[in-house]
Amino acid sequence: MKPIKGFSLKKVRAESAFKRTLVIMALVMIVIAAGIFLTLLVQSLPSIKALGGHYLSGKTWDPVSDIYGALPFLLGTLLTSFLALLISIPFSYAIAIYLGEYNPKGWLSGFLKNIVELVAAVPSVIYGFWALVVLVPMVRAIETKVGAAPYGVGILTASLVLAIMIIPYAASLGRELIRLVPSSLKEGAYSLGATRYEVLKNVTLPYTKSGLFAGLLLSLGRALGETMAVTMVIGNTNILPTSIFSPSNTMASVIANEFTEADRTVYLSALIELGLVLFLVTVVINLVGRMIIKRFTNE
Amino acid sequence: MESTIISSKNFNAYFGANHVVKNVSIEIPQNNIIAVMGPSGCGKTTYLRCINRMHELIPGATTEGEMKLHKDNIYEMNPILVRLRIGMVFQRPNPFPNLSIYDNVIAGYKLNGMKLQRAERDNIVEGSLRKAALWNEVKDTLHKKGTFLSGGQQQRLCIARAIAMEPEVLLLDEPTSALDPISTASVEELLFDLKKNYTLVLVTHNMQQAARVSDKTAFFYLGELVEYDKTKEMFTNPKDNRTQSYITGRFS
Repeated sequence: MKPIKGFSLKKVRAESAFKRTLVIMALVMIVIAAGIFLTLLVQSLPSIKALGGHYLSGKTWDPVSDIYGALPFLLGTLLTSFLALLISIPFSYAIAIYLGEYNPKGWLSGFLKNIVELVAAVPSVIYGFWALVVLVPMVRAIETKVGAAPYGVGILTASLVLAIMIIPYAASLGRELIRLVPSSLKEGAYSLGATRYEVLKNVTLPYTKSGLFAGLLLSLGRALGETMAVTMVIGNTNILPTSIFSPSNTMASVIANEFTEADRTVYLSALIELGLVLFLVTVVINLVGRMIIKRFTNE
Repeated sequence: MESTIISSKNFNAYFGANHVVKNVSIEIPQNNIIAVMGPSGCGKTTYLRCINRMHELIPGATTEGEMKLHKDNIYEMNPILVRLRIGMVFQRPNPFPNLSIYDNVIAGYKLNGMKLQRAERDNIVEGSLRKAALWNEVKDTLHKKGTFLSGGQQQRLCIARAIAMEPEVLLLDEPTSALDPISTASVEELLFDLKKNYTLVLVTHNMQQAARVSDKTAFFYLGELVEYDKTKEMFTNPKDNRTQSYITGRFS
């Protein structure tokens, strides 16, 4: 065969080798995810066999008497996470709108952007400390005022610190999305006599709503799994919460607190099953979120 | 004698330190089509966007000089009011993608929070679409998304959206540059009809278009207004060498 300038088999081989590498790396990710799930499942089997469905509906968690009911923690996790999300929404959206639409340049927004990113990078144990020193006395003061038992630690405190920790996720994503709204659409609205607020309300937000919702999911996912900061201020009490002031426990905080003490197979397995439930809750919330996003975008 | 609807005197526009419109003085007569032409970067679009104060939406953009709508100084009016009286159609069709055809036409009212009776709304939508020569094509699909239309239809939808607000002046920024020849022809035909009710200012880099549709033409070059005259006069007997060079294709 006559050689063709610039063509060699080596070149073709390098191309397919590169593609193969990419595929393998991607497959490794899938294997790891599946592996985590399988490990959790297998390790939970002793507990699932011993406790069955009672595990999820049981209200008592008393390892000393070998009673394992995870309902308080399931509730604790969902309550703190959703309350945190609720508290964070006004802040994260306000920041996203301010940085994305009202003041995308300028020194203040540059500074604010950096701060938001920094907040995301602070280790959670530091949030825990800060919450112990600052938030706990504040919450205690509120509790005294409303006549609740003044623990200071509990669901509200955990939600507050979680809210601060998850603001950057929705805020950063929201800012990016709002910046990406085509200026031709916004100008179309301006040319019809709309004010900035009207453009925001009628063009920018409808255009970005599914993405903004995805940002919330990202935040919620972070809140569900956050361990250290929550463990430090939630009160670590294994009873069903009765109000937002109740000391409680989340699935993640129970695992962190009790893992080193779990000396029996069933106890250890019950804790791992908590991990499995947490994993599943996160997956389900993500799937539901995706479905909602899909419906938004198809509209 | 026709009355003047828009007049600018020694008008300048800047992007930061960049002087893009230099000392432009023009008087635009009512119910005319004025073409603004010139090579890329000559400031014609910027000048157009200064008329309804869209220019100032860009950070760092400033203006200087006098720009009047009838007897009122545009730069002393509320910009919202200016934009309600001077509508605009953009280079690329930009119907709102989340709205139906119907809602796109009425979008100006919605955006401004004006409440309308159902019948009134229907009237405005039908009237505007008829004026924009789009009614027959979309009357059965009014509640479908506007983005399903062809490019030319989308642009006519944008024109309908602009005239639904009943402005006095309609600014058109190269409205056919993203369209195929057939759609271009239908939009140009439409401009003729619109002249009865509105004053049109049409930015175009297409000389044939300027010659075909306009009553008067302004030729911009490097930010300056080189020549402004009756279109026939300008294309048959240009006064300035630069105009002559441009219309004979010696630079673009």
